[in-house]
Amino acid sequence: MNTTVALELKNISKRFGTKYANKNVDLTLYRGEILAILGENGSGKTSMVNMIAGIYYPDEGEIFVDGAPAVITSPKDAFQYKIGMIHQHFKLVDVFSASENIVLGVREEGKFKLADIDERVAQIASKYGFQLDPKKKIHEMSVSEKQTVEILKVLYRGADILILDEPTAVLTPQEIEKLFLVLRRMRDDGKSIIIITHKMNEVMSISDRVAVLRRGEHIATVKTAETNEKELTEMMMGEKIDLNIKRTESTNVTDRLVVEHISSKNSDGVTVLDDISFVARSGEILGIAGIAGSGQRELLESIAGLYHLDSGSIVYHDPESGEAENLRDKTPLQITELGVRLSFVPEDRLGMGLVGNMDIVDNMMLRSYKKGNSFFLNRKTPHDLALELIDELNIITPDEYTPVRKLSGGNIQKVLVGREIAAAPSVFMAAYPVRGLDVNASYGIYNLLNKQKEDGVAVIFVGEDLDVLIDLCDRIMVIASGRVTGIVDARSTTKEEIGLLMTQSGEKGVDTNA
Amino acid sequence: MAIIAFLVSAIKFGMVLLFGSTGETITEKAGHLNLGLPGVMCVGTAVGCAAEAFYFELAGGRAYMVYPLAILIPLIATLLGGALMGLIFSFFTVTLHANQNVTGLALTTFGIGISDFIIANVDDYKFTAGAKFFNMHLPFAKSLGWFGELFFSYGIMIYLSIAVAIVVAFVLKKTKVGLHLRAVGENPATADAAGINVTRYRYMATCIGCAIASLGGLVFIMDYLNGNWEYVIDAIGWLCVALVIFTTWKPVFGIFCSIVFGFFYVAAEYIPGIDLAAKELFKMLPYLVTIVVLVFTSIRNKKENQPPASLGLSYFREER
Repeated sequence: MNTTVALELKNISKRFGTKYANKNVDLTLYRGEILAILGENGSGKTSMVNMIAGIYYPDEGEIFVDGAPAVITSPKDAFQYKIGMIHQHFKLVDVFSASENIVLGVREEGKFKLADIDERVAQIASKYGFQLDPKKKIHEMSVSEKQTVEILKVLYRGADILILDEPTAVLTPQEIEKLFLVLRRMRDDGKSIIIITHKMNEVMSISDRVAVLRRGEHIATVKTAETNEKELTEMMMGEKIDLNIKRTESTNVTDRLVVEHISSKNSDGVTVLDDISFVARSGEILGIAGIAGSGQRELLESIAGLYHLDSGSIVYHDPESGEAENLRDKTPLQITELGVRLSFVPEDRLGMGLVGNMDIVDNMMLRSYKKGNSFFLNRKTPHDLALELIDELNIITPDEYTPVRKLSGGNIQKVLVGREIAAAPSVFMAAYPVRGLDVNASYGIYNLLNKQKEDGVAVIFVGEDLDVLIDLCDRIMVIASGRVTGIVDARSTTKEEIGLLMTQSGEKGVDTNA
Repeated sequence: MAIIAFLVSAIKFGMVLLFGSTGETITEKAGHLNLGLPGVMCVGTAVGCAAEAFYFELAGGRAYMVYPLAILIPLIATLLGGALMGLIFSFFTVTLHANQNVTGLALTTFGIGISDFIIANVDDYKFTAGAKFFNMHLPFAKSLGWFGELFFSYGIMIYLSIAVAIVVAFVLKKTKVGLHLRAVGENPATADAAGINVTRYRYMATCIGCAIASLGGLVFIMDYLNGNWEYVIDAIGWLCVALVIFTTWKPVFGIFCSIVFGFFYVAAEYIPGIDLAAKELFKMLPYLVTIVVLVFTSIRNKKENQPPASLGLSYFREER
């Protein structure tokens, strides 16, 4: 292997507020190698590569390109150092052709002639074995083709160091195989490639070396040939931390929600839910673990009637009447009336649950406006509920008429969770309910979930922090790429076991060593 | 030869609209839906007419006005007046992040008022004197019969309108500036990431677009109406906004579309035996055609015929 250093990070730190995204990270990238970066959600992988690509600027530390110190303050600067990043979310103009997108913003001498550019793009494409028609419009392309355009965009600008942020997340196994073939060709051409991926088998098959990050710190960089999946998982997960979340014993456990063989494709035709089956029981907290974007959101939305399913059934057992009903044929309103509650907290917590510009009282009313027969709105009941929640959950707000967007993240979360709980659900779903909350606020939410469990509610909790999942839940279902890779007992499992399940692509994974 | 007179009139009126729609197309291609276009055209025209009146005084009467100057002076003044209005629009929507629709409608109201004020302070006969220069056509036009009438009987501005449309189409389609401009209108975040100055492109496109559009009003007053001021320029502005949709944002196709619009708009005048009320109904036809086109393009849903993807949306880098 070549041992010329292409890129070096020395003692790099990056803070967001008081929280370290990266702390004293050292990293070396050689010419002509593929370096995989491995780490849990929030371990600082993306923020680290963003510093290399000029999207963030490090607070401390230095970056060296070809041995000389480099100051990279913008993506443009990065290109000067021949560094190009391929983002997870494509930045492409839909109605433009591949060539038009590739040439966008490039400053070159000479006359602008699209035919010449088409030719040059085709040349680069054939050099590395991409299959792409430069004249094809982006909106007619598959996801994999769009990714090809993004990679060509970077190559067209003459990049020698390529950074790919989870490039395989959106691809089919066959497309992944093709991509890896191309990446190997680029490596053999002397380019250096950094690839972020969560899938262990891909790390093993594509990379020359692996850098492991944990909680923003660089743990180790090892040669792929000299390590194995188990060792990497241990490095990635680290020691278990004792959180002291009290877990009550489940009582009166009955099946509440029986999900059988549900599958779904998204609008791009990519399978997001693949034959998922599980049971949510009353008086239990079912944890869902998985790499972000493995289908958690789609799964919960499909139960709430917001996401269409191609096949499968979701049977709900009514605790009062004892009747079984298939939720798949029901509208969200009908499902809500049955007592299935979704408190979904995406990255933008005001997106789905609350209206930011409305006050707490009006947000309470979003759930109850259909009740009653009067022509005029009944503000009394929601007002009482708002006051009750503010008092019980210690929501910090000037008064109940403050627009919720003015509250802090934790308090917004309490308003949302509180409202859903107040509706006395029989199934309660919470996705990332503690994202962005501090420790105390998080524990407040955990206690609320525990309280629900004691009251005989079937709780489904999608979490990120494995320590929390293990301490809080009764059972943990692990999903990877839209499939269930295991359902484990939280009382006896370990982080390593879950970690391995999370990074497993399973038996459907194609052998990518080709 | 009523049919020839009808066609000539339709083409003349169509070219008035073509200026407006070409200008608005440039603006919209950069992602700005400028509903202030009627106001912009009013102000640009009024400033142009005032400049012509100023030249009238400077020259010392209509007998002393000479050919290129009598057109160039109001032309430049109109361009400047329109560009200034575009600057106001851009300042509000790009720099101050104001809503484009609200800004546009405010600009329309504002522009109509300002133009009325300007014209009230100018003696009509002074700019009317310039109309004959705008009307001036090639001397051999009359000797060629209907052919000459149909193709050579127009003032220079009518030909300029077609030339501008062709040049704009070329720039948008074939040059790098055009590519960047369209990228800004389609996906400003992508353009920004590619190192294109979104703010500058939006300012420039809006100002140039408004300047070109304003010429439509000037030609309407000085050529089509022979220098008689009429308070209908804002109505022409709305027609132009509708015309942009009809052209599906293609300036060269706009040449044909604007003639169709002109055809419908003036048709009533040449159809014998219809009353005033029916005439007004006829003038609605262009809008009807626009609706039909909207329905048609929506049903076919071809990406190339859709408006720029971020039309009407302001872009702030911080918001992702």
